[in-house]
Amino acid sequence: MSGKNINVSLKIWRQDGPKTVGSFAEYKISISPDASFLEMLDEINNDLESKNQIPIAFESDCREGICGTCGLVINGQPHGPIPKIATCQLHMRNFKDGDPIWIEPFRAKAFPIIKDLVVDRSGFDEILQTGGYISINTGGVPDANAIPISKDIASLAMDAAACIGCGACVAACKNASAMLFVSAKVSQYALLPQGQPERSQRVQSMVAKMDELGFGSCTNTYACEAECPKGISVTNIARMNRDYIKASVTSNSVE
Amino acid sequence: MSWFNTFFNSSIGKKLFMGITGISLILFLKFHLINNLSLFGGPEIFNTVVKNLESIKPLVRVIEVVLALIFLIHIFNGIRLWIENKKARPVKYAVNGSSKNSTIYSRTMAQTGSIIFIFLVIHLRTFWMSFNSIGVVGIEEHKYYEFVASTFLDPIYSGFYVFAMILLGLHLNHGFQSVFQTFGWTHKKYTPIINVIGTIYSIFVAIAFASIPIYFLFIQGGK
Ligand code: SF4
Ligand code: FES
Repeated sequence: MSGKNINVSLKIWRQDGPKTVGSFAEYKISISPDASFLEMLDEINNDLESKNQIPIAFESDCREGICGTCGLVINGQPHGPIPKIATCQLHMRNFKDGDPIWIEPFRAKAFPIIKDLVVDRSGFDEILQTGGYISINTGGVPDANAIPISKDIASLAMDAAACIGCGACVAACKNASAMLFVSAKVSQYALLPQGQPERSQRVQSMVAKMDELGFGSCTNTYACEAECPKGISVTNIARMNRDYIKASVTSNSVE
Repeated sequence: MSWFNTFFNSSIGKKLFMGITGISLILFLKFHLINNLSLFGGPEIFNTVVKNLESIKPLVRVIEVVLALIFLIHIFNGIRLWIENKKARPVKYAVNGSSKNSTIYSRTMAQTGSIIFIFLVIHLRTFWMSFNSIGVVGIEEHKYYEFVASTFLDPIYSGFYVFAMILLGLHLNHGFQSVFQTFGWTHKKYTPIINVIGTIYSIFVAIAFASIPIYFLFIQGGK
């Protein structure tokens, strides 16, 4: 245990529902520096409930940085000030006594607020449904190593597949663009032999869906990469650009 | 052609056309700069350069039309991206953390671009129109150098010129490497080199263009 509690004052976004107007509410708490950020919010909620007040709505599931459910904008940064971690991996020891902490939901037209800090990220699911799959043959179980894949390529694909779909890239981007997420999903298939049959159709459908859902256009500020908890690289965006341009220019479809 | 429409209007398509027009303008700037630097050679050299350009007028006209088109696409797409991207985040953050995750010049392309556009309009009005004897501001028979020199004696005019060139440098610094990312040309070996070349090029272009008003205002004018 690393000693004394710290006192922080929080400004947290409260909004009753999707259509209502939200505003910041102030809370003060004395908390152990060993507590995680979400435990700190749990404490506030316990306190609110004990006073018969409505707790703050926020999302979390695994609390170990693998599910992508959590996601808060803390002092203007998605997942807080520490790079390459999710909100659930952030600890109060990263804040100093007396620090003001602003907590806001991810803000984007394509991520409408459901309540307080909870936003609707089902747009990501819709994008995945348009192309996040591969064709496989039915029949006997194929040998795991039947298709040779070089270590380099396998690693790149794995790096792309590390995306947990949290949406911090959208939250960080000044244009609320989903390019980093979509490019990670496009890349994880495009890099591997198994992803080739749908390669060009996939990138076209996923980009079309992304645009349709009202995410902004990428202007290469690379804020997404800086805030991504999984360190997804913007080279995935370059790969997606390349694939999309190639697919659009060379495909036989004139529609 | 509906595939082209879809492509052109997709987020990646808009970005691609921003990049193609951007890199064309970067290339154009290089030629423009070489011509400008001949001002340092004195009246004779500069006036001859302009006269030589006069002698290939039809070709110059064609290039000007193409350039105008490129500019229009770049500006039109830029404005469209700016408006659409604003709409993608209708409610702003109370705390803006963008300085912690991105560079200022990458976030202010619309702002630097707008001021460069204002500069361009003034610039065309002063120089392009006069050199082509359009409107009231005529130039005495082939005295181009003298016209440039007297224009830059105005400190406000020269000051704005220098200011616009600094913004141009910032705009190019983001734009240059951005083009390669947009085209999908990234590579572990070459991307860092491209970034460095982009920055050097931008600084060079800004300094070289800005050196001209500074030269006329302080060195020539100071005599
Ligand atoms: S790319 Fe990174 S920030 Fe974006 S959804 Fe995936 S893990 Fe989250
Ligand atoms: S709760 Fe699962 S990643 Fe944070």
